[in-house]
Amino acid sequence: MLSDAARAEILAHRERYPEGRQKSAVMGALHIAQAELGWLSPEVFREVGELLSLAPVHVAAVATFYTMYEKEPAGQHVIDVCCNISCMLRGAYEILEHIEQRLGIKRGETTADGQITIREQECIGSCSTAPALQVNYRFHENLTIEKVDAILDQLLAGQPVASPEEVTHG
Amino acid sequence: MAERRILLEHLDVPNAHTLDVWRAHGGYASLDSLFAKEPAAWVDEVKASGLCGRGGAGFPTGMKWSFLAKGTGKPTYLVVNCDESEPGTCHDRQLVSRLPHLLVEGIICTCWAIDAHHAFIYIRGEYAYGAERLEAAIAEANAAGLLGQTINGREFPLRITVHRGAGAYICGEETALLSSLEGDKGQPRQKPPFPAVAGLYAAPTIVNNVQTICSIPYIVKHGAAWFAGINLEPESKSPGPRIVSVSGHVQRPGVYEIENGTPFRELIYDICGGMLPGRDLKAVIPGGSSMPMLPKDVILNTTTSFESIRAAGSQPGSGAIIVMDDSTSIPHAIWRIAKFYAHESCGKCTPCREGNPWTVKILGRIIAGQGDPRDLAILDDIAETMEKNSFCPLGIAAAWALQGGLKHFRHEFEALCQG
Repeated sequence: MLSDAARAEILAHRERYPEGRQKSAVMGALHIAQAELGWLSPEVFREVGELLSLAPVHVAAVATFYTMYEKEPAGQHVIDVCCNISCMLRGAYEILEHIEQRLGIKRGETTADGQITIREQECIGSCSTAPALQVNYRFHENLTIEKVDAILDQLLAGQPVASPEEVTHG
Repeated sequence: MAERRILLEHLDVPNAHTLDVWRAHGGYASLDSLFAKEPAAWVDEVKASGLCGRGGAGFPTGMKWSFLAKGTGKPTYLVVNCDESEPGTCHDRQLVSRLPHLLVEGIICTCWAIDAHHAFIYIRGEYAYGAERLEAAIAEANAAGLLGQTINGREFPLRITVHRGAGAYICGEETALLSSLEGDKGQPRQKPPFPAVAGLYAAPTIVNNVQTICSIPYIVKHGAAWFAGINLEPESKSPGPRIVSVSGHVQRPGVYEIENGTPFRELIYDICGGMLPGRDLKAVIPGGSSMPMLPKDVILNTTTSFESIRAAGSQPGSGAIIVMDDSTSIPHAIWRIAKFYAHESCGKCTPCREGNPWTVKILGRIIAGQGDPRDLAILDDIAETMEKNSFCPLGIAAAWALQGGLKHFRHEFEALCQG
């Protein structure tokens, strides 16, 4: 169930679009729901549909089209390792394999405690700062094995990791 | 030869993302000139500047604006395409994260020129930080009277909505983007009608890339002739500063701003510091993974003007320049690119939906050393089928990427297909 706060946020989000165009708010509504619940269940499709006067099947069709919407529970921290061409040329698969080894799971899997999911990702827009990954959609770039180990150490210790981009950008 | 920073001039200024700092560096000065001219005059000015769209297709921006349907009784919309998902491309992310007010300024100028009162920025979902920076800039602009009912005291209602995507390359294609923005699956639509006639909510709509819109304030401030003069090849029809993302095996990959016509040789060996130690250049993809790669001897005799890249057999695309050295297996690189298109095909049309997974399967066995001598002919056939029959540019892009590798490095594939 969505909280009252999330429902209010979705209704406010609807106002960003012209009158009568509340269908446009479905993607934002799903982002809001996922931020609160971690993933999108059929129950969420029904709730979002109700808030935006849309059929639940339409909400489900949208949710299943886009890769960022989780259709089943993912780890608390999702690590997306870009392995597309620019990152691959700079050693992305070595980074991904290193993470797999350290966590003892394969790409697409989640650690047994539900903490960390790792995925092979398509281009995330960090090509000139490759190799790169995102932790919960926050960038970590110009990676080395040492930098990756530091990120994993923090995550395994239950500490938040800050994106260097967001710390150092003036 | 060095960079020539115009749009990126203030990129490294601390807090350039804030209104105060942006203004202290000349931000929003374009508005002083903007309202002195009627909207139609700005459409002509942008036409005269020679600005071509920076998103991928390179269509002349002023001409696109002039196609807007008039007298429809519907509002006109501006949609800024910040879906930036073409592999190799990462410069719009820098613009929205670090210079968000430049985009807001460009939106104001453009909306005045095309008489739009509601603009949307469609930003890919993975750019969470960029979306936050845009929201903050828009809030600042609203509070400062730069958006809202009036702009700098002039009656001109304008609002900007940031719309976050959720992971779908296809939404960079303008009609798929519009479907997504309307709250449907991001699948492309038949053209015509083009968005300028029936776009968002079936109303006249201009869809322009981030960098295109960020160029507008400079044309407003300095004029068409100044913009057209940023051009090392006087005969080139694609003048102006161009931001490129250089990635791959160079010493200094990065986001750079160069003059139209800067030679690739200088971009790679001077601006980017040359190849990694002990390595030699092998091939370059000059416009994002969708464009055919060019081998060393061709690219080193090519410049970054649209005409030069096209004459060499590729396209300027998104401005993503992917540099590969002699350690690169071209079949392996093409396999990775094909895997991307197979993942991102939206499933609407058969050539793309079926052609891409088959390409990956065949390339997979080729790079595993289990290729069959007949495989290359099959790949040629799949590429031709996708190129000629796909519904939208995604299938065509997949074909071009494959064909570039097969054309220039066929011997590498053949060596892996000895049966």
